[in-house]
Amino acid sequence: MAEITLEKVVKKYGSVGVVHGIDLTIAHQEFVVLVGPSGCGKSTTLRMIAGLEDITGGIVRIGGRVVNDLPPRKRNISMVFQNYALYPHMNVRDNLGFGLKIAGQSPSEITKRVNEAADILGLAPLLDRTPAELSGGQRQRVAMGRAIVRNPEAFLFDEPLSNLDAKLRGQMRAEIKKLHQKVKTTVVYVTHDQVEAMTLADRIVVMRDGHIEQVGTPMEVFNHPVSTFVATFIGSPPMNLLPGTIRGGSVHLADGTVVPVPDRLSGHVAEGMAVQLGIRPDDISPVGHGLSQDGPGAEVALTVDLAEPLGMESLIYTRLAGQEVQAKLYGPRIVAPGEVLTFRLALDRAHLFDQSTGKSVRTL
Amino acid sequence: MKVSVESRASKQAKKVGIWLATFVLMLVMCLPGLWVVLSAFRPNREILAKPPVWIPEELSLVNFGKIFGFGAEQVGIPVGSYFTNSLVIALTSTVIALIVGVAGGYAFARYRFRFKGGIFLGLMLFRAVPGIALSLPVFMMWSRLGLVDTKMGLIIVYVSLNVPFTIWLIDGFFRQIPQALSEAAQVDGCTPWQAFWKIEFPLAKSGIAAAGVFAFLTSWNEFALASQLTRSTDSKTLPVGLLDFTAQFTIDWAGMCAMAVIIIIPALILTFIVQKHLIAGLTFGGVKG
Repeated sequence: MAEITLEKVVKKYGSVGVVHGIDLTIAHQEFVVLVGPSGCGKSTTLRMIAGLEDITGGIVRIGGRVVNDLPPRKRNISMVFQNYALYPHMNVRDNLGFGLKIAGQSPSEITKRVNEAADILGLAPLLDRTPAELSGGQRQRVAMGRAIVRNPEAFLFDEPLSNLDAKLRGQMRAEIKKLHQKVKTTVVYVTHDQVEAMTLADRIVVMRDGHIEQVGTPMEVFNHPVSTFVATFIGSPPMNLLPGTIRGGSVHLADGTVVPVPDRLSGHVAEGMAVQLGIRPDDISPVGHGLSQDGPGAEVALTVDLAEPLGMESLIYTRLAGQEVQAKLYGPRIVAPGEVLTFRLALDRAHLFDQSTGKSVRTL
Repeated sequence: MKVSVESRASKQAKKVGIWLATFVLMLVMCLPGLWVVLSAFRPNREILAKPPVWIPEELSLVNFGKIFGFGAEQVGIPVGSYFTNSLVIALTSTVIALIVGVAGGYAFARYRFRFKGGIFLGLMLFRAVPGIALSLPVFMMWSRLGLVDTKMGLIIVYVSLNVPFTIWLIDGFFRQIPQALSEAAQVDGCTPWQAFWKIEFPLAKSGIAAAGVFAFLTSWNEFALASQLTRSTDSKTLPVGLLDFTAQFTIDWAGMCAMAVIIIIPALILTFIVQKHLIAGLTFGGVKG
């Protein structure tokens, strides 16, 4: 069982705190993605699990064993680095077998396991090449091969796809997912890309300024963000946030537009409360071109400022309640700037956040 | 059409110009060396002839025989001891300078410690001081310590001359090796020490070889300090030994040139052996890109 637990883990460089006491339990065989903007402490957290950074405070356990003072080599983990960190002076075969060789495995065992890993990742034809002779995607696969060949208790990935171009990134994302389904090992994966987080994770950990903002399955985090930070970070394009005030069971937006408070949130708001109405672009669509036509909604006439056709859908920039919002039109219809359309706001999927704290009213 | 012909002509002229300039430059650089090598195989009277004899009329190994004590004519110079001294002093000081250089270069490249910038600057400033300026204080200290006219005395001097350079060069090489490689090796099961020897050291090999060649050549060729700190066959090196060919009224040019060739050959051989590393070393940054 390779459960990883963090208890009140703190990291400080001198007097500067980077990670401020985070608690997290990663279950055996679970794929957990740490996501957040640069400087949120996600990579530092991963490196503390790996043993590449000292732990200033708190406890890290891997498979029930406290590893705070163990060097990386005694933690039985493997790691894929952002720049792959392949050994340039060794060919692929030796790169894959290096860890086994250090561990004192017999040459026949090394050959067997290297070949197994090479088969899983399709590296067999590349075994005699050096890293310099490989493409970015191939290097990435070798780095992954080096991680699986030792059969560790957990894999750690540190932004492994950020050096690849968009197309390759999509491919490798799928390969990582398949790999996890095959080898079923606990994975901690760090990225700043919310698409990777959504597609790969069993559970997402959204981090901000050294704290954990929210932990949940991708759909939980997407559908029930606990704060405006999570709401705007997860999902692309980001959620629109419109300031307003609660009056008489409705949200009065800045320009006087009145939108009814969604039923499921009505118990969470008080009269006179300053809020932000959160609504995803997918939930603001021209009538007849939206995701869902039933359920509670509000209809407003808005002028199209800019339309970005994406094929089967278009991203529309318009103004609502005095600020720019993004909306989505589903279908091949082409819209021209200046056109006035009736948009439907799918209110059953809208969110309300406290204006001063940014927290979801559900959590208050 | 006409324009392209003209530009082709001017391109040709430019090419010829560059070739000519290169030729003249190489001539200036190589001629003295060539003359020394030629003179090593010619008799004294041909070397001193006026007008000069440009094309040698007779070439022989007599000069070499003379200094090694073979043949009819002999010069009483212990070239063998000088050669051994030079070799022992240059090799030992190079090995020590490399050990200190690798340790120091690694420390400067990888670790943060107090006064790091100051110490590094100090090392570089030390390189700016001409060695000869230190010869008098060094001589006084060495004479009190009994290090004058000992191999150890010169080895210490050369180590201190070379260490700032080896640290500086090797530091640059370790800096170019991503730290993630050592981290990957440690996650793969290495101790930090193993990670250094199995990953980082082999990758810095070219740089270390380059530093080694420079340190060896510095020690092998050094004359000014050696001429003051050595007295006898116990410690005199080859460049100092060259002075033995000057007597009160005569200079034995033929013998001196033969000995100069003996000094040049090991340096050439060494440079040739490591030239692949040397070129890789000196262009490391560009290739890695």
